Amino acid sequence: MKLHEYQSKTIFAKYGIPIPKGRVAATAVEAKHIAEELGGRVVIKSQVLVGGRGKAGGIKVAKSAAEAEGLAQQILAMEIKGLPVRKVLVDEAAAIEHEIYFAITNDRAAKKPVMIASAEGGMDIEEVAATKPEKIIKVHIDPLLGLRDYQARDIAASIDLPRDHWREFSKIAAGLWQAYLETDATLAEINPLVITKDKRLAALDGKMMIDDNALFRHSDLNEMRDIDEEAPAETEARKFGLSYIKLDGNIGCMVNGAGLAMTSMDIVKLFGGEPANFLDIGGGAGSDKVAAAMKIILSDSNVKAVLFNIFGGITRCDEVARGILVAMDEVKPKVPMVVRLVGTNAEEGRKLLENAKMITAETLADAAQKAVQAAK
Amino acid sequence: MSILINKNTRLLVQGITGNEGLFHSTQMLAYGTNLVAGVTPGKGGEWVLDGKVPVFDSVKLAKEATDANCSVIFVPARFAPDAMFEAADAGIPLVVCITEGVAVQDMMRVRSYLDNKGVRLVGPNCPGMLTPGESKVGIIPGNIAIPGNVGVVSRSGTLTYEVLYALKLVGMGASTCVGIGGDPVNGTNFIDVLEMFEHDPHTEKVVLIGEIGGTDEDKAAEFIASKMTKPVVSFIAGQTAPPGKRMGHAGAIIEGGAGTAEGKVKALQAAGVKVAKHPEEIPSLLK
Repeated sequence: MKLHEYQSKTIFAKYGIPIPKGRVAATAVEAKHIAEELGGRVVIKSQVLVGGRGKAGGIKVAKSAAEAEGLAQQILAMEIKGLPVRKVLVDEAAAIEHEIYFAITNDRAAKKPVMIASAEGGMDIEEVAATKPEKIIKVHIDPLLGLRDYQARDIAASIDLPRDHWREFSKIAAGLWQAYLETDATLAEINPLVITKDKRLAALDGKMMIDDNALFRHSDLNEMRDIDEEAPAETEARKFGLSYIKLDGNIGCMVNGAGLAMTSMDIVKLFGGEPANFLDIGGGAGSDKVAAAMKIILSDSNVKAVLFNIFGGITRCDEVARGILVAMDEVKPKVPMVVRLVGTNAEEGRKLLENAKMITAETLADAAQKAVQAAK
Repeated sequence: MSILINKNTRLLVQGITGNEGLFHSTQMLAYGTNLVAGVTPGKGGEWVLDGKVPVFDSVKLAKEATDANCSVIFVPARFAPDAMFEAADAGIPLVVCITEGVAVQDMMRVRSYLDNKGVRLVGPNCPGMLTPGESKVGIIPGNIAIPGNVGVVSRSGTLTYEVLYALKLVGMGASTCVGIGGDPVNGTNFIDVLEMFEHDPHTEKVVLIGEIGGTDEDKAAEFIASKMTKPVVSFIAGQTAPPGKRMGHAGAIIEGGAGTAEGKVKALQAAGVKVAKHPEEIPSLLK
C-alpha cells in the first residue's frame, strides 16, 4: 500500500524527523488559508500516488497567499499520469542549500533492509544511480540487530555531510529506521532531505509503502489507504483477498497462483488473444471467493470470453466449481466460458460443472486456444 | 536418489489440526510420506488421521518423541514466523513453509535467524517438495508426477504442477521437484537447488521455472554457465505482464533494470539454457 506524501511526512514527524510546517487542502480556498497561516511563501504540492509530480507541473512555489490560491486551483484541476489531483499539500517554502537522497528499503537479493543515501539527491536520483553509482551509498542492516549508530555516522561521512550535521543526521536515520520498522514499510524514502540556508536538516518530501501482508497489525495505517486512487474493481477484489489487475484485452482470466496466472496471460497472447485482466484467486480459495472473482471479471464490459484455469493443489477444484455455479446463477453471464480443472478434486469439480454449458479443455494450450476462439 | 526429501524423511506437520493442515496431511500420508507427528498448541495428546499420527503441543516435544527431521508449516501467515523460529529452535534441520502472505520484515528476521542456526528453509508461499514414489512434503498433488530423472525447481506453485503434469503425459518423471516459493524474501534459492541437482546422480536434466521480478534467475544463469554440466530447460512466467507498480526510486536503485522476463530469458539463453515459449513445450525441449 502506497501512502501519500502528506501521510508519509506525518509518520516521519512522529519519529522525530523534521518536516516543513504545512497541511493538506482539498480546495483552493483552504490552500489560501493555510498559506496565510504560514506567512505567504509556500509550496503547493499535488497529492497523487505516482512519481514525477514535479516534472508534470504538479508542484509549484507561491510567493503570496493569493498566488497560492490560484496555483492550488490549477493543480487541483490537473490529472497526473491519469490520476486526478484531489488534494494538495501546502508546505512552508524552504530556502535550500543542498539536497540529499535518503531511504530505507528491502534488498530482496541480500534478504536484508538496506539504507541508501546520496549527496546528489533530488529529482534526478535514478540518473545518478545509473551514471554515477559510486555516488550512491548502500548500507545493509542486520534485521536482528537493527540500525546501529556507527552505521548512520558512516553514511553521513560517506556522503560528505558537514560534521556539524552528523548528530542531527544520526537522529533522522534512527527515526527513519524506526518508522520503517514499526509500520512494516517496504519503502521509507526522503527525497530530498535538505540542508536549508539557515543550516537545518529537513525532509521536504516523503514516500512510504507499507507491506500489505503486515496490515493485520496496523489497523491505523490501513485506514490511510486512499481508495479514490484505485480502480473500483481492484478495491472490491482486495476485500475478498483476490489479486486483480485490469488490462485492456477481452479475455477474462481466473487462475489460481500468480505464476500460473501470468503464464495463462502469456499463452493467451501467444495464441493471438489479449487478456482482460490478471486475477489470482490465491491458494485454498473457497466458493464464495471464486464467485466474487467471477463477478469482478464479468463487471468488465470488454470481456468477450472467460478462461478458468485451475490446477488444484491447496485449492480444491470442486470448491472452485461450486463458486462458478453460484456466480453463474447470480450473474447469468452471456459470454462463453472455457474451463480447465486439473489436480486436487478435479474429477468432482468437472462433474459439478457437467450441466453448466461451459467449454472444457484438457491442456493449457488447448484452453487458451479455445478462449481466443470463443472471444472472436 | 533424490534431493532434500526421500523415503527416510520423518515428517512433522505444524498446524496439523487446521483445515488445510489436516486435508494435506491426509494426502501426504496417503502418498506414503513417513508422517510421524503433528503439532498444534493446546491439542497435545490427541491423535489424528484415523489414530495414525500423534499430536504434540510443541515442536520440541514432537521432535523428542519421534525424532522428526523435517517440518512442514500450514499455520496462518501471522503465526508462521513463530512456527519457523520454533522449528529451528527445536533442532529441525529442514523447514518447509507453505503459508502464503507472510510479512516481508518478519521473513528477513526469520531468514537471518535460521541462517545463523544452519537450518535449511524452503518457502514460504511455496507448494513444498515431491520426490515421486517416496515422499511428498507440502501440497503438490501426488498423482501428477511419476519417478524419473528430471529435477524440477520453481518459484511458482501451480505453474510447477503444469510442468510435472506435462512431463508425466509424455512418460517423463521427476527425481525431486522443489517449489522454492515466489516471495521476495525466502529460504532456499535457485542456486542452492541447482547445486544439489548437479551432485545428485539420479538427476540427469533440470527444469527451472522462474518469473518476473528480482534477480534470482539471472544469478541462476551465471551458476549454470559456470558450474553446471547437466542440461537445463527453463520457462519464465510474466512475459506479457504489465510493468509492475513502481517502488519509489529505491527499487530502481537497488535492482536497476533487472527483473523483466525478457532480461531473464536472454540471460538464461546466453548460459545455454533452452527456454520454452509455454510450459507444455518443456518436455520436447528435454528430449
